[in-house]
Amino acid sequence: MVVRTWRHINERYNLIGTRCKTCGTVYFPSRNVCPKCRRRGELEPYKLSGKGKIYTYSIIYTPPKDFEKMAPYVIAVIELDEGPKLTAQVDCDINEVYIGMPVEVAFRRIKEDGKDGVISYGYKFKPIEEL
Amino acid sequence: MRDVAIIGYGQTKFGELWESSFRDIIVEAGVKAIKDANIEGDDIEAMYVGNMSGGLFVGQEHIASLIADYAGLNPIPCTRVEAACASGSLALRSAYLSVASGCHDVVLAGGVEKMTDVADATSAIATAADQEWEAFFGATFPSLYAMMARRYMYEYNLTLEQLSMWSVIAHDNGSKNPYAQFRFKTTLEQVMNASPVADPLTLMHCSPVSDGAAALIICDADKAEEFAPKDEIIYIRASTQASDTIALHGRKDMTSLNAAKVASEKAYKLAGVSADKMDVAEVHDCFAINGLILLEDLGFCKKGDAGKIVGDDERIRIDYDDFVSVNPSGGLKAAGHALGATGIRQVGEIYWQLKQDKNCKDRQASIKNGYGITANVGGSGGTVCVHVLSDKRK
Repeated sequence: MVVRTWRHINERYNLIGTRCKTCGTVYFPSRNVCPKCRRRGELEPYKLSGKGKIYTYSIIYTPPKDFEKMAPYVIAVIELDEGPKLTAQVDCDINEVYIGMPVEVAFRRIKEDGKDGVISYGYKFKPIEEL
Repeated sequence: MRDVAIIGYGQTKFGELWESSFRDIIVEAGVKAIKDANIEGDDIEAMYVGNMSGGLFVGQEHIASLIADYAGLNPIPCTRVEAACASGSLALRSAYLSVASGCHDVVLAGGVEKMTDVADATSAIATAADQEWEAFFGATFPSLYAMMARRYMYEYNLTLEQLSMWSVIAHDNGSKNPYAQFRFKTTLEQVMNASPVADPLTLMHCSPVSDGAAALIICDADKAEEFAPKDEIIYIRASTQASDTIALHGRKDMTSLNAAKVASEKAYKLAGVSADKMDVAEVHDCFAINGLILLEDLGFCKKGDAGKIVGDDERIRIDYDDFVSVNPSGGLKAAGHALGATGIRQVGEIYWQLKQDKNCKDRQASIKNGYGITANVGGSGGTVCVHVLSDKRK
Protein backbone atom coordinates (compact mmCIF):
# COMPACT_ATOMS: atom_id res chain seq x y z
CA MET A 1 0.00 0.00 0.00
CA VAL A 2 3.06 2.29 -0.02
CA VAL A 3 2.33 3.37 -3.55
CA ARG A 4 -1.22 4.27 -2.60
CA THR A 5 0.12 6.74 -0.02
CA TRP A 6 2.90 8.04 -2.23
CA ARG A 7 0.51 8.76 -5.09
CA HIS A 8 -1.36 11.30 -2.94
CA ILE A 9 1.64 13.23 -1.57
CA ASN A 10 0.76 16.44 -3.41
CA GLU A 11 -2.72 16.49 -2.01
CA ARG A 12 -2.18 15.08 1.46
CA TYR A 13 1.10 16.83 2.28
CA ASN A 14 0.76 20.07 0.35
CA LEU A 15 -2.97 20.53 -0.14
CA ILE A 16 -2.66 20.81 -3.90
CA GLY A 17 -5.96 20.29 -5.70
CA THR A 18 -7.08 21.29 -9.18
CA ARG A 19 -8.74 24.33 -10.69
CA CYS A 20 -10.77 24.34 -13.89
CA LYS A 21 -9.51 27.04 -16.25
CA THR A 22 -12.86 27.11 -18.04
CA CYS A 23 -15.24 27.74 -15.12
CA GLY A 24 -12.81 28.70 -12.34
CA THR A 25 -14.07 26.07 -9.87
CA VAL A 26 -11.46 24.76 -7.44
CA TYR A 27 -11.55 21.04 -6.58
CA PHE A 28 -10.08 19.17 -3.67
CA PRO A 29 -9.12 16.34 -3.85
CA SER A 30 -7.96 16.84 -7.41
CA ARG A 31 -10.06 15.61 -10.29
CA ASN A 32 -9.29 14.44 -13.82
CA VAL A 33 -12.55 15.76 -15.23
CA CYS A 34 -14.37 18.95 -14.25
CA PRO A 35 -17.91 17.73 -13.38
CA LYS A 36 -19.35 21.07 -14.51
CA CYS A 37 -17.55 21.50 -17.85
CA ARG A 38 -16.59 17.88 -18.57
CA ARG A 39 -14.96 17.81 -22.05
CA ARG A 40 -14.81 21.59 -22.23
CA GLY A 41 -13.01 21.85 -18.93
CA GLU A 42 -9.26 22.13 -18.47
CA LEU A 43 -7.77 21.32 -15.09
CA GLU A 44 -4.54 22.66 -13.63
CA PRO A 45 -2.89 22.05 -10.25
CA TYR A 46 -3.98 24.55 -7.62
CA LYS A 47 -2.47 25.09 -4.19
CA LEU A 48 -5.02 25.84 -1.50
CA SER A 49 -4.37 28.33 1.30
CA GLY A 50 -5.31 25.81 4.00
CA LYS A 51 -7.64 28.22 5.76
CA GLY A 52 -11.31 27.62 6.25
CA LYS A 53 -14.22 27.11 8.64
CA ILE A 54 -15.82 24.06 10.22
CA TYR A 55 -18.98 23.28 8.23
CA THR A 56 -20.04 20.37 10.43
CA TYR A 57 -18.33 17.96 12.84
CA SER A 58 -18.65 14.90 15.02
CA ILE A 59 -16.72 13.51 17.97
CA ILE A 60 -15.75 9.91 17.40
CA TYR A 61 -15.96 7.56 20.38
CA THR A 62 -15.96 4.30 18.40
CA PRO A 63 -12.89 4.55 16.17
CA PRO A 64 -11.54 2.19 13.53
CA LYS A 65 -8.61 0.01 14.67
CA ASP A 66 -5.87 2.35 13.40
CA PHE A 67 -7.27 5.29 15.37
CA GLU A 68 -8.02 3.59 18.69
CA LYS A 69 -5.40 5.49 20.69
CA MET A 70 -6.75 8.88 19.58
CA ALA A 71 -10.41 8.51 20.57
CA PRO A 72 -12.34 10.55 21.38
CA TYR A 73 -11.33 12.85 18.53
CA VAL A 74 -12.96 15.51 16.39
CA ILE A 75 -13.71 14.75 12.73
CA ALA A 76 -15.03 17.60 10.63
CA VAL A 77 -16.05 18.73 7.20
CA ILE A 78 -14.10 21.90 6.59
CA GLU A 79 -15.14 24.49 4.04
CA LEU A 80 -11.95 25.98 2.63
CA ASP A 81 -11.79 29.68 1.77
CA GLU A 82 -11.46 28.80 -1.93
CA GLY A 83 -14.75 26.86 -1.87
CA PRO A 84 -14.13 23.11 -1.73
CA LYS A 85 -14.92 21.06 1.36
CA LEU A 86 -12.85 18.22 2.78
CA THR A 87 -12.94 15.77 5.69
CA ALA A 88 -10.22 15.96 8.35
CA GLN A 89 -9.53 15.69 12.04
CA VAL A 90 -9.39 18.89 14.03
CA ASP A 91 -6.72 19.12 16.70
CA CYS A 92 -8.63 20.81 19.48
CA ASP A 93 -10.42 20.20 22.75
CA ILE A 94 -13.59 18.21 22.05
CA ASN A 95 -15.54 20.70 24.15
CA GLU A 96 -14.39 23.73 22.17
CA VAL A 97 -15.36 22.77 18.62
CA TYR A 98 -18.29 24.55 16.96
CA ILE A 99 -19.78 25.08 13.48
CA GLY A 100 -18.15 28.13 11.93
CA MET A 101 -14.88 27.76 13.90
CA PRO A 102 -11.99 29.24 11.86
CA VAL A 103 -9.29 26.62 11.27
CA GLU A 104 -6.05 26.21 9.34
CA VAL A 105 -4.17 23.22 8.00
CA ALA A 106 -1.41 21.44 9.92
CA PHE A 107 0.90 18.66 8.74
CA ARG A 108 0.44 15.67 11.03
CA ARG A 109 0.86 11.95 11.41
CA ILE A 110 -2.55 10.48 10.57
CA LYS A 111 -2.16 6.94 11.86
CA GLU A 112 0.30 4.48 13.36
CA ASP A 113 2.34 2.25 11.12
CA GLY A 114 0.01 -0.35 9.68
CA LYS A 115 0.59 -3.84 8.32
CA ASP A 116 3.36 -2.73 5.94
CA GLY A 117 5.13 -0.54 8.48
CA VAL A 118 4.16 2.63 6.65
CA ILE A 119 3.40 5.66 8.80
CA SER A 120 0.71 7.72 7.10
CA TYR A 121 1.06 11.50 7.13
CA GLY A 122 -1.36 14.10 5.91
CA TYR A 123 -3.41 17.10 6.95
CA LYS A 124 -5.29 17.80 10.12
CA PHE A 125 -6.68 21.21 10.99
CA LYS A 126 -6.22 23.35 14.08
CA PRO A 127 -8.05 26.40 15.40
CA ILE A 128 -6.63 29.68 14.10
CA GLU A 129 -5.07 31.35 17.10
CA GLU A 130 -6.47 34.77 17.78
CA LEU A 131 -3.97 37.60 17.79
CA MET B 1 -41.72 -2.12 -21.00
CA ARG B 2 -43.91 -4.84 -19.50
CA ASP B 3 -45.66 -4.55 -16.13
CA VAL B 4 -43.90 -6.44 -13.35
CA ALA B 5 -45.47 -8.17 -10.34
CA ILE B 6 -44.23 -9.61 -7.06
CA ILE B 7 -45.61 -13.08 -6.37
CA GLY B 8 -43.60 -14.28 -3.42
CA TYR B 9 -41.34 -13.25 -0.54
CA GLY B 10 -39.23 -14.93 2.08
CA GLN B 11 -36.65 -13.84 4.63
CA THR B 12 -34.56 -15.16 7.48
CA LYS B 13 -34.66 -13.59 10.89
CA PHE B 14 -32.19 -10.70 11.04
CA GLY B 15 -29.67 -10.72 13.85
CA GLU B 16 -26.60 -12.51 15.16
CA LEU B 17 -27.18 -15.85 13.48
CA TRP B 18 -24.23 -17.76 14.93
CA GLU B 19 -25.56 -21.15 13.82
CA SER B 20 -25.90 -20.20 10.17
CA SER B 21 -23.39 -19.48 7.42
CA PHE B 22 -23.59 -17.08 4.49
CA ARG B 23 -24.80 -19.82 2.19
CA ASP B 24 -27.29 -21.17 4.75
CA ILE B 25 -29.16 -17.89 5.07
CA ILE B 26 -29.47 -16.98 1.39
CA VAL B 27 -30.68 -20.50 0.58
CA GLU B 28 -33.21 -20.31 3.44
CA ALA B 29 -34.61 -17.01 2.17
CA GLY B 30 -34.69 -18.21 -1.44
CA VAL B 31 -36.49 -21.44 -0.63
CA LYS B 32 -39.08 -19.56 1.46
CA ALA B 33 -39.71 -17.13 -1.41
CA ILE B 34 -40.09 -19.92 -3.97
CA LYS B 35 -42.54 -21.76 -1.73
CA ASP B 36 -44.44 -18.56 -1.01
CA ALA B 37 -44.79 -17.88 -4.74
CA ASN B 38 -46.09 -21.41 -5.25
CA ILE B 39 -43.63 -22.02 -8.10
CA GLU B 40 -40.96 -24.63 -8.78
CA GLY B 41 -37.23 -23.98 -8.93
CA ASP B 42 -37.43 -24.81 -12.64
CA ASP B 43 -39.70 -21.80 -13.18
CA ILE B 44 -36.90 -19.39 -12.21
CA GLU B 45 -34.99 -18.11 -15.22
CA ALA B 46 -32.40 -15.89 -13.53
CA MET B 47 -31.28 -14.53 -10.17
CA TYR B 48 -29.91 -11.18 -9.05
CA VAL B 49 -28.46 -11.01 -5.55
CA GLY B 50 -27.43 -7.90 -3.63
CA ASN B 51 -24.39 -8.23 -1.42
CA MET B 52 -22.15 -5.43 -0.22
CA SER B 53 -19.03 -7.24 0.76
CA GLY B 54 -18.79 -11.00 0.88
CA GLY B 55 -15.09 -10.38 0.39
CA LEU B 56 -14.55 -8.37 3.57
CA PHE B 57 -17.15 -10.05 5.77
CA VAL B 58 -16.69 -13.73 4.94
CA GLY B 59 -13.68 -13.72 2.60
CA GLN B 60 -15.75 -14.94 -0.32
CA GLU B 61 -16.22 -13.30 -3.70
CA HIS B 62 -17.94 -14.85 -6.71
CA ILE B 63 -20.99 -15.38 -4.56
CA ALA B 64 -23.29 -15.46 -7.61
CA SER B 65 -21.94 -18.87 -8.57
CA LEU B 66 -21.98 -20.00 -4.95
CA ILE B 67 -25.64 -19.10 -4.49
CA ALA B 68 -26.86 -20.70 -7.73
CA ASP B 69 -24.87 -23.80 -6.76
CA TYR B 70 -26.17 -24.11 -3.19
CA ALA B 71 -29.72 -23.27 -4.23
CA GLY B 72 -29.54 -26.18 -6.65
CA LEU B 73 -30.31 -23.86 -9.53
CA ASN B 74 -27.28 -24.32 -11.79
CA PRO B 75 -27.04 -23.53 -14.70
CA ILE B 76 -29.35 -20.47 -14.65
CA PRO B 77 -27.58 -17.09 -14.73
CA CYS B 78 -26.98 -15.53 -11.32
CA THR B 79 -25.59 -12.01 -10.93
CA ARG B 80 -24.25 -10.30 -7.84
CA VAL B 81 -25.11 -6.62 -7.58
CA GLU B 82 -23.24 -4.16 -5.36
CA ALA B 83 -23.98 -0.60 -4.26
CA ALA B 84 -22.99 -0.75 -0.59
CA CYS B 85 -26.12 -0.71 1.62
CA ALA B 86 -28.34 -0.21 -1.47
CA SER B 87 -27.18 -3.49 -3.04
CA GLY B 88 -30.47 -5.24 -2.30
CA SER B 89 -32.81 -2.84 -4.02
CA LEU B 90 -30.38 -2.52 -6.89
CA ALA B 91 -30.59 -6.30 -7.31
CA LEU B 92 -34.37 -5.93 -7.40
CA ARG B 93 -34.07 -3.15 -9.95
CA SER B 94 -31.81 -5.33 -12.11
CA ALA B 95 -34.31 -8.18 -11.85
CA TYR B 96 -37.17 -5.76 -12.58
CA LEU B 97 -35.45 -4.48 -15.73
CA SER B 98 -34.81 -8.02 -16.95
CA VAL B 99 -38.52 -8.87 -16.62
CA ALA B 100 -39.84 -5.51 -17.85
CA SER B 101 -37.65 -5.75 -20.93
CA GLY B 102 -39.09 -9.13 -21.85
CA CYS B 103 -35.79 -10.92 -21.37
CA HIS B 104 -37.07 -13.12 -18.53
CA ASP B 105 -40.50 -14.01 -17.15
CA VAL B 106 -39.77 -15.23 -13.61
CA VAL B 107 -36.75 -13.98 -11.67
CA LEU B 108 -35.51 -14.21 -8.09
CA ALA B 109 -34.22 -10.97 -6.56
CA GLY B 110 -32.33 -11.60 -3.34
CA GLY B 111 -30.04 -9.93 -0.85
CA VAL B 112 -27.67 -11.32 1.75
CA GLU B 113 -25.05 -10.21 4.25
CA LYS B 114 -23.23 -12.22 6.90
CA MET B 115 -21.61 -9.56 9.09
CA THR B 116 -20.86 -11.28 12.39
CA ASP B 117 -18.12 -13.62 11.15
CA VAL B 118 -15.59 -10.77 11.14
CA ALA B 119 -13.87 -8.97 14.02
CA ASP B 120 -13.56 -5.47 12.56
CA ALA B 121 -16.97 -4.82 11.01
CA THR B 122 -16.43 -1.04 11.44
CA SER B 123 -13.62 -0.99 8.88
CA ALA B 124 -15.58 -3.16 6.44
CA ILE B 125 -18.64 -0.91 6.71
CA ALA B 126 -16.43 2.16 6.20
CA THR B 127 -15.66 0.97 2.65
CA ALA B 128 -19.12 2.31 1.71
CA ALA B 129 -17.55 5.75 2.25
CA ASP B 130 -14.63 7.31 0.35
CA GLN B 131 -11.61 5.28 1.48
CA GLU B 132 -8.98 7.76 0.30
CA TRP B 133 -10.57 11.01 1.45
CA GLU B 134 -12.85 10.15 4.38
CA ALA B 135 -11.85 6.85 6.03
CA PHE B 136 -8.10 7.50 5.62
CA PHE B 137 -8.37 10.54 7.90
CA GLY B 138 -10.25 8.70 10.62
CA ALA B 139 -13.87 9.27 9.62
CA THR B 140 -16.11 6.32 10.50
CA PHE B 141 -19.35 5.54 8.72
CA PRO B 142 -21.49 6.61 11.73
CA SER B 143 -19.52 9.86 11.95
CA LEU B 144 -20.65 10.85 8.43
CA TYR B 145 -24.29 10.59 9.46
CA ALA B 146 -23.41 12.27 12.76
CA MET B 147 -22.07 15.22 10.75
CA MET B 148 -25.31 15.31 8.76
CA ALA B 149 -27.24 15.29 12.04
CA ARG B 150 -25.09 18.08 13.49
CA ARG B 151 -25.58 20.26 10.40
CA TYR B 152 -29.31 19.50 10.38
CA MET B 153 -29.59 20.53 14.04
CA TYR B 154 -27.69 23.74 13.25
CA GLU B 155 -29.83 24.69 10.26
CA TYR B 156 -33.29 23.58 11.45
CA ASN B 157 -33.07 23.60 15.27
CA LEU B 158 -33.71 19.87 15.50
CA THR B 159 -33.38 18.74 19.13
CA LEU B 160 -31.78 15.55 20.39
CA GLU B 161 -35.16 14.60 21.89
CA GLN B 162 -36.90 14.91 18.52
CA LEU B 163 -34.19 12.87 16.83
CA SER B 164 -34.28 10.20 19.53
CA MET B 165 -38.03 9.64 19.21
CA TRP B 166 -37.29 7.99 15.86
CA SER B 167 -35.55 5.12 17.65
CA VAL B 168 -38.29 4.79 20.27
CA ILE B 169 -40.94 4.37 17.55
CA ALA B 170 -38.69 2.03 15.57
CA HIS B 171 -38.35 -0.28 18.58
CA ASP B 172 -42.11 -0.15 19.28
CA ASN B 173 -42.68 -1.42 15.73
CA GLY B 174 -39.82 -3.91 15.82
CA SER B 175 -41.22 -5.45 19.00
CA LYS B 176 -44.16 -6.66 16.87
CA ASN B 177 -42.02 -8.15 14.10
CA PRO B 178 -40.98 -11.79 14.67
CA TYR B 179 -38.16 -11.42 12.13
CA ALA B 180 -36.70 -8.31 13.80
CA GLN B 181 -33.28 -8.32 15.42
CA PHE B 182 -34.46 -6.22 18.39
CA ARG B 183 -37.83 -7.03 19.87
CA PHE B 184 -37.55 -4.88 22.96
CA LYS B 185 -39.01 -1.44 23.46
CA THR B 186 -36.93 1.50 24.50
CA THR B 187 -37.42 4.96 26.01
CA LEU B 188 -36.26 8.46 25.13
CA GLU B 189 -33.92 8.42 28.13
CA GLN B 190 -32.36 5.12 27.09
CA VAL B 191 -31.77 6.36 23.55
CA MET B 192 -30.25 9.66 24.64
CA ASN B 193 -28.11 8.16 27.40
CA ALA B 194 -26.80 5.18 25.44
CA SER B 195 -23.04 5.07 24.90
CA PRO B 196 -21.82 7.68 22.42
CA VAL B 197 -20.71 6.37 19.02
CA ALA B 198 -20.18 9.55 17.03
CA ASP B 199 -21.54 12.61 18.78
CA PRO B 200 -24.43 13.57 18.59
CA LEU B 201 -25.33 9.95 17.74
CA THR B 202 -25.49 7.33 20.48
CA LEU B 203 -25.57 3.59 19.97
CA MET B 204 -29.37 3.77 20.01
CA HIS B 205 -29.45 6.09 17.00
CA CYS B 206 -27.54 3.49 14.96
CA SER B 207 -28.73 0.38 13.15
CA PRO B 208 -26.98 -2.80 14.28
CA VAL B 209 -24.53 -5.20 12.67
CA SER B 210 -26.74 -8.00 11.35
CA ASP B 211 -26.78 -11.28 9.51
CA GLY B 212 -29.74 -11.79 7.26
CA ALA B 213 -31.08 -12.66 3.85
CA ALA B 214 -34.27 -11.95 1.93
CA ALA B 215 -35.66 -12.91 -1.47
CA LEU B 216 -38.50 -11.83 -3.74
CA ILE B 217 -39.95 -13.65 -6.72
CA ILE B 218 -40.89 -11.25 -9.47
CA CYS B 219 -42.77 -12.06 -12.62
CA ASP B 220 -44.26 -10.64 -15.79
CA ALA B 221 -47.65 -9.24 -14.71
CA ASP B 222 -49.60 -11.24 -17.32
CA LYS B 223 -47.95 -14.46 -16.27
CA ALA B 224 -48.34 -13.72 -12.54
CA GLU B 225 -51.97 -14.80 -12.60
CA GLU B 226 -50.86 -18.33 -13.51
CA PHE B 227 -49.17 -18.59 -10.11
CA ALA B 228 -51.17 -16.42 -7.73
CA PRO B 229 -54.79 -15.34 -7.19
CA LYS B 230 -55.27 -11.81 -8.47
CA ASP B 231 -55.84 -10.26 -5.04
CA GLU B 232 -52.48 -11.56 -3.82
CA ILE B 233 -50.43 -10.00 -6.59
CA ILE B 234 -48.56 -6.78 -5.84
CA TYR B 235 -47.20 -4.69 -8.70
CA ILE B 236 -43.92 -2.83 -8.94
CA ARG B 237 -45.17 0.47 -10.28
CA ALA B 238 -41.77 2.18 -10.35
CA SER B 239 -38.15 1.23 -9.84
CA THR B 240 -35.73 4.14 -9.88
CA GLN B 241 -32.16 4.89 -8.97
CA ALA B 242 -30.00 8.00 -8.67
CA SER B 243 -26.40 8.79 -7.70
CA ASP B 244 -24.48 11.46 -5.81
CA THR B 245 -20.88 12.08 -4.72
CA ILE B 246 -19.34 9.20 -2.80
CA ALA B 247 -17.86 11.56 -0.19
CA LEU B 248 -20.23 13.53 2.02
CA HIS B 249 -17.98 16.59 1.75
CA GLY B 250 -18.56 16.71 -2.01
CA ARG B 251 -22.16 17.87 -1.53
CA LYS B 252 -23.56 21.35 -1.42
CA ASP B 253 -26.29 20.37 1.04
CA MET B 254 -25.76 17.88 3.88
CA THR B 255 -29.27 18.01 5.31
CA SER B 256 -30.89 16.13 2.44
CA LEU B 257 -29.98 13.41 -0.05
CA ASN B 258 -30.27 14.73 -3.57
CA ALA B 259 -30.26 11.20 -4.98
CA ALA B 260 -33.32 10.39 -2.84
CA LYS B 261 -35.14 13.46 -4.11
CA VAL B 262 -34.34 12.69 -7.75
CA ALA B 263 -35.16 8.98 -7.48
CA SER B 264 -38.44 9.52 -5.62
CA GLU B 265 -39.68 12.33 -7.88
CA LYS B 266 -39.05 10.10 -10.87
CA ALA B 267 -40.74 7.15 -9.16
CA TYR B 268 -43.91 9.12 -8.36
CA LYS B 269 -44.02 10.29 -11.96
CA LEU B 270 -43.60 6.78 -13.37
CA ALA B 271 -46.21 5.36 -11.00
CA GLY B 272 -48.58 8.25 -11.69
CA VAL B 273 -49.18 8.97 -7.99
CA SER B 274 -48.16 11.61 -5.49
CA ALA B 275 -46.46 11.23 -2.12
CA ASP B 276 -49.69 11.86 -0.20
CA LYS B 277 -51.20 8.66 -1.67
CA MET B 278 -48.62 6.45 0.04
CA ASP B 279 -50.16 4.37 2.84
CA VAL B 280 -46.90 2.90 4.05
CA ALA B 281 -43.17 3.48 3.62
CA GLU B 282 -39.98 1.67 4.50
CA VAL B 283 -37.11 4.16 4.64
CA HIS B 284 -33.42 3.61 5.17
CA ASP B 285 -32.82 4.63 8.80
CA CYS B 286 -29.28 3.29 9.08
CA PHE B 287 -28.99 6.20 11.52
CA ALA B 288 -32.00 8.02 13.00
CA ILE B 289 -31.16 11.26 11.20
CA ASN B 290 -31.49 9.57 7.81
CA GLY B 291 -35.04 8.52 8.65
CA LEU B 292 -35.98 12.15 9.24
CA ILE B 293 -34.15 13.35 6.14
CA LEU B 294 -35.86 10.76 3.94
CA LEU B 295 -39.33 11.80 5.14
CA GLU B 296 -38.54 15.20 3.66
CA ASP B 297 -36.77 13.97 0.52
CA LEU B 298 -39.63 11.59 -0.28
CA GLY B 299 -42.07 14.48 -0.08
CA PHE B 300 -43.97 13.50 3.07
CA CYS B 301 -43.25 16.81 4.78
CA LYS B 302 -41.54 20.14 4.24
CA LYS B 303 -37.79 20.62 4.70
CA GLY B 304 -37.07 21.15 8.37
CA ASP B 305 -40.42 19.80 9.61
CA ALA B 306 -39.42 16.17 10.22
CA GLY B 307 -38.29 16.85 13.79
CA LYS B 308 -41.74 18.09 14.73
CA ILE B 309 -43.56 15.33 12.83
CA VAL B 310 -41.47 12.54 14.36
CA GLY B 311 -40.42 13.95 17.71
CA ASP B 312 -43.38 16.05 18.82
CA ASP B 313 -46.44 14.63 17.05
CA GLU B 314 -45.23 11.04 16.42
CA ARG B 315 -47.21 11.08 13.17
CA ILE B 316 -45.13 8.28 11.60
CA ARG B 317 -46.67 5.72 13.97
CA ILE B 318 -48.71 2.90 12.41
CA ASP B 319 -51.87 3.95 14.28
CA TYR B 320 -51.66 7.62 13.25
CA ASP B 321 -54.23 7.80 10.47
CA ASP B 322 -53.53 11.03 8.62
CA PHE B 323 -49.91 10.42 7.73
CA VAL B 324 -47.94 7.67 6.00
CA SER B 325 -47.08 4.73 8.32
CA VAL B 326 -43.30 4.59 8.42
CA ASN B 327 -41.14 1.51 8.94
CA PRO B 328 -43.77 -0.83 10.37
CA SER B 329 -41.09 -3.56 10.33
CA GLY B 330 -39.02 -1.59 12.85
CA GLY B 331 -36.78 -0.33 10.04
CA LEU B 332 -33.06 -0.81 9.92
CA LYS B 333 -32.85 0.38 13.53
CA ALA B 334 -34.91 -2.42 15.08
CA ALA B 335 -35.51 -5.00 12.34
CA GLY B 336 -31.76 -5.03 11.66
CA HIS B 337 -29.51 -3.99 8.81
CA ALA B 338 -27.91 -6.90 6.97
CA LEU B 339 -26.51 -4.52 4.35
CA GLY B 340 -27.11 -6.33 1.04
CA ALA B 341 -30.38 -7.85 2.28
CA THR B 342 -31.96 -4.61 3.51
CA GLY B 343 -33.35 -3.31 0.21
CA ILE B 344 -35.10 -6.62 -0.44
CA ARG B 345 -36.41 -6.78 3.14
CA GLN B 346 -37.88 -3.28 2.81
CA VAL B 347 -39.75 -4.20 -0.37
CA GLY B 348 -40.80 -7.52 1.20
CA GLU B 349 -42.35 -5.64 4.12
CA ILE B 350 -44.31 -3.36 1.78
CA TYR B 351 -45.39 -6.43 -0.20
CA TRP B 352 -46.78 -7.95 3.00
CA GLN B 353 -48.34 -4.68 4.14
CA LEU B 354 -50.18 -4.05 0.86
CA LYS B 355 -51.43 -7.67 0.78
CA GLN B 356 -52.40 -7.29 4.45
CA ASP B 357 -50.54 -10.54 4.94
CA LYS B 358 -50.71 -12.63 8.12
CA ASN B 359 -46.98 -11.98 8.62
CA CYS B 360 -47.68 -8.41 9.67
CA LYS B 361 -50.95 -8.86 11.50
CA ASP B 362 -49.66 -7.16 14.67
CA ARG B 363 -48.23 -4.19 12.80
CA GLN B 364 -50.59 -3.74 9.87
CA ALA B 365 -50.72 -0.21 8.46
CA SER B 366 -54.11 0.94 7.28
CA ILE B 367 -54.21 0.49 3.50
CA LYS B 368 -56.52 3.09 1.97
CA ASN B 369 -55.04 3.97 -1.40
CA GLY B 370 -53.10 0.76 -2.01
CA TYR B 371 -49.66 2.32 -2.41
CA GLY B 372 -46.34 1.85 -0.62
CA ILE B 373 -42.79 3.08 -1.16
CA THR B 374 -39.28 2.06 -0.20
CA ALA B 375 -36.07 4.12 -0.16
CA ASN B 376 -32.79 2.25 0.13
CA VAL B 377 -29.57 4.26 0.53
CA GLY B 378 -26.00 3.25 -0.30
CA GLY B 379 -23.14 4.83 1.66
CA SER B 380 -23.88 8.35 2.87
CA GLY B 381 -26.24 8.87 -0.09
CA GLY B 382 -24.05 8.08 -3.10
CA THR B 383 -26.67 5.66 -4.38
CA VAL B 384 -30.41 5.75 -3.69
CA CYS B 385 -32.94 3.28 -5.03
CA VAL B 386 -36.70 3.84 -4.76
CA HIS B 387 -39.53 1.38 -5.42
CA VAL B 388 -43.22 2.21 -5.54
CA LEU B 389 -45.53 -0.78 -5.06
CA SER B 390 -49.30 -1.05 -5.44
CA ASP B 391 -52.10 -3.56 -5.25
CA LYS B 392 -53.33 -2.06 -8.52
CA ARG B 393 -51.73 -2.87 -11.85
CA LYS B 394 -52.56 0.55 -13.35
